[in-house]
Amino acid sequence: MKRIAGILLIAFGLAAVFVARAALSINGAGASFPEPIYSKWFDEYHKKDPNIQINYQAIGSGGGIKQITEGTVDFGASDGPMNDDQLKSFQDKHGFPVLHFPTVLGAAVPTYNIPGVTAELNFSPEALAGIFLGKVTKWNDPVLTGPNPGVNLPGNDIVVVHRSDGSGTTYIWTDYLSKVSDEWKNKVNKNTSVNWPTGLGGNKNEGVAGLVKQTPYAIGYVELIFAIQNKMPYGKVKNSSGEFIKADLSSVTAAAAGAAKDMPADFRVSITNAPGKTAYPISSFTWLLIPSKFSDASKRDAIKGFVKWMLADGQNETEALAYSKLPKEVVSMELKALDKVQ
Amino acid sequence: MATTSTTVPSAGPFAGSRSFLARLREGDEIARLITLLFAASVVLITLLIVYELWQGSVLPRHKFGFAFLRTSVWDPNFDNFGALPFIFGTVVTSAVALFIAVPLGIGAAIFLAELAPARLSDALEFFIDLLAAVPSVIYGLLGIFIVVPIMRDVIQPALKNTLGFIPLFKGPAFGIGFLTAGIVLAIMVIPYIISVSREILLSVPRDQREAALALGSTRWESTWKVVVPFARTGIMGSIFLALARALGETMAVTMVIGNTPAIAASLFSPGDSIASVIANQFTEATGDLYTQSLIELGLVLFLLTFILNGLARLLILVTSQRGSAHA
Repeated sequence: MKRIAGILLIAFGLAAVFVARAALSINGAGASFPEPIYSKWFDEYHKKDPNIQINYQAIGSGGGIKQITEGTVDFGASDGPMNDDQLKSFQDKHGFPVLHFPTVLGAAVPTYNIPGVTAELNFSPEALAGIFLGKVTKWNDPVLTGPNPGVNLPGNDIVVVHRSDGSGTTYIWTDYLSKVSDEWKNKVNKNTSVNWPTGLGGNKNEGVAGLVKQTPYAIGYVELIFAIQNKMPYGKVKNSSGEFIKADLSSVTAAAAGAAKDMPADFRVSITNAPGKTAYPISSFTWLLIPSKFSDASKRDAIKGFVKWMLADGQNETEALAYSKLPKEVVSMELKALDKVQ
Repeated sequence: MATTSTTVPSAGPFAGSRSFLARLREGDEIARLITLLFAASVVLITLLIVYELWQGSVLPRHKFGFAFLRTSVWDPNFDNFGALPFIFGTVVTSAVALFIAVPLGIGAAIFLAELAPARLSDALEFFIDLLAAVPSVIYGLLGIFIVVPIMRDVIQPALKNTLGFIPLFKGPAFGIGFLTAGIVLAIMVIPYIISVSREILLSVPRDQREAALALGSTRWESTWKVVVPFARTGIMGSIFLALARALGETMAVTMVIGNTPAIAASLFSPGDSIASVIANQFTEATGDLYTQSLIELGLVLFLLTFILNGLARLLILVTSQRGSAHA
């Protein structure tokens, strides 16, 4: 008995050493919006290089920023870029900066439920800002009927629905409204949750979609992916060139391409209301947050290796999961920026 | 509820006559110390929670002081945080829940304990325990897909047409809001009230009933005038349990309350509760003041539960004294 136990113990010990050698475990945490594509990427990358195991916890963008700042994860992820205060507190704590790397693109779309109206509605920035400020209260307001000739919009009260949980989608939506409406910027501004002037709150995309579907004359916003996967109707939005654009994979990538020529070196850029005739205006990057210095060289090489692969082969897999891929210009800028990680 | 025994007997008469070591050897002292430790852990955990919540909310306590409890703006962008709408929503939804659940729950418990045949009572008890074990998110889904449409299309219009002159039942009917949240909470807490109250009623000694019947009272009179008053303290206990559950309920409430920090006279209005806003915003909250304000909300909920529990205990004390005076 004792001998068997001894042999087992040695076997386990060897196995533990072997496993520890074989898999370099890298931990990340943050945004939940890109979680499906990240899981797929990490899984594929593990198949390609079995020595590297990347674990990702979708705890939310705020949590991702907190954890990377506290140094409890190897990389973070966020739907909104870190602000200057957050960058400074990272720098103060660690002595070197944290870098942003865009991975894929997302978008928020207006979805609505008007009994008797099946047409795809056109929304101007004034209409969306007015509705969410609580100033445009009827569906037949001129700001809505103007861009929708031929649609018989009723005179019923608009029921506004927004996200109740803190969310990157809310960040994109309010970032857009802040850009197109000064009143919104001064009164409400942008964040993952804001002090909504009006409306009902639904929990997550499902909650907003449920409320909009159930409540006649409601309007809300959801992630593009959620709308596509659930075959929800959603409206077109007027972009900065004056075109009404329906959100889809290519119009979101076009927004990133439009913003690429003014891309700052740290990639912290909002691409809402981006220039470009075919750009969908309520789009955004989502970012990986990677420290610029690693004490563990093997971890550094693994993360850099992954980002390189993600920017090349990884980008081909995004559209199957309904994420818009990065434009070529941004990919080449990121490859250069990767040298800053040491 | 009947755990008001005075001193531990083992420590009583023998305490002085034997040495500490002797008692230790016999095991009594060991048992006493171990159980004391377990009992103390409850106090310790409570104190630890308060300490953590207090320490975690330094910034907003200093910045806002008591204004935190009085103001009603919740704006992460402009660093303005006031808890009043959330306190209001928590109290109102719990009150609505108890208003519905207490008569229903106690009535059902009386039927099950006193009037129903034992086999039926046991079978129903099984279902009630099953209901008590259903996860709250399921009740939330039930709320969204069944209660909300019924509220919007049937109950709220009906209330508006009949009682619409009362401010409680005015305003647009979205189907979600205080009333719906209260109703879903009521459905959730009724099993607790029934289950605990039934046990308490069943534990009322037989001779109480027999004495009442022997004095010529009817079955209902013996139940209502003798058994229920005898079990009053325990029934109150079941109501506190229900209240505590209602105050802290998160998932089911957030799914039907509308998540709008508003104070309104109408029960149709969407609102928000403390537990719901913490669950909604904590993960994505950035900035110290914002997260700490959410933690302070947790402290407020803790104190609210504490105060309401204290008031309820006071109520028991007063009513049970009146009861003994009668007897």
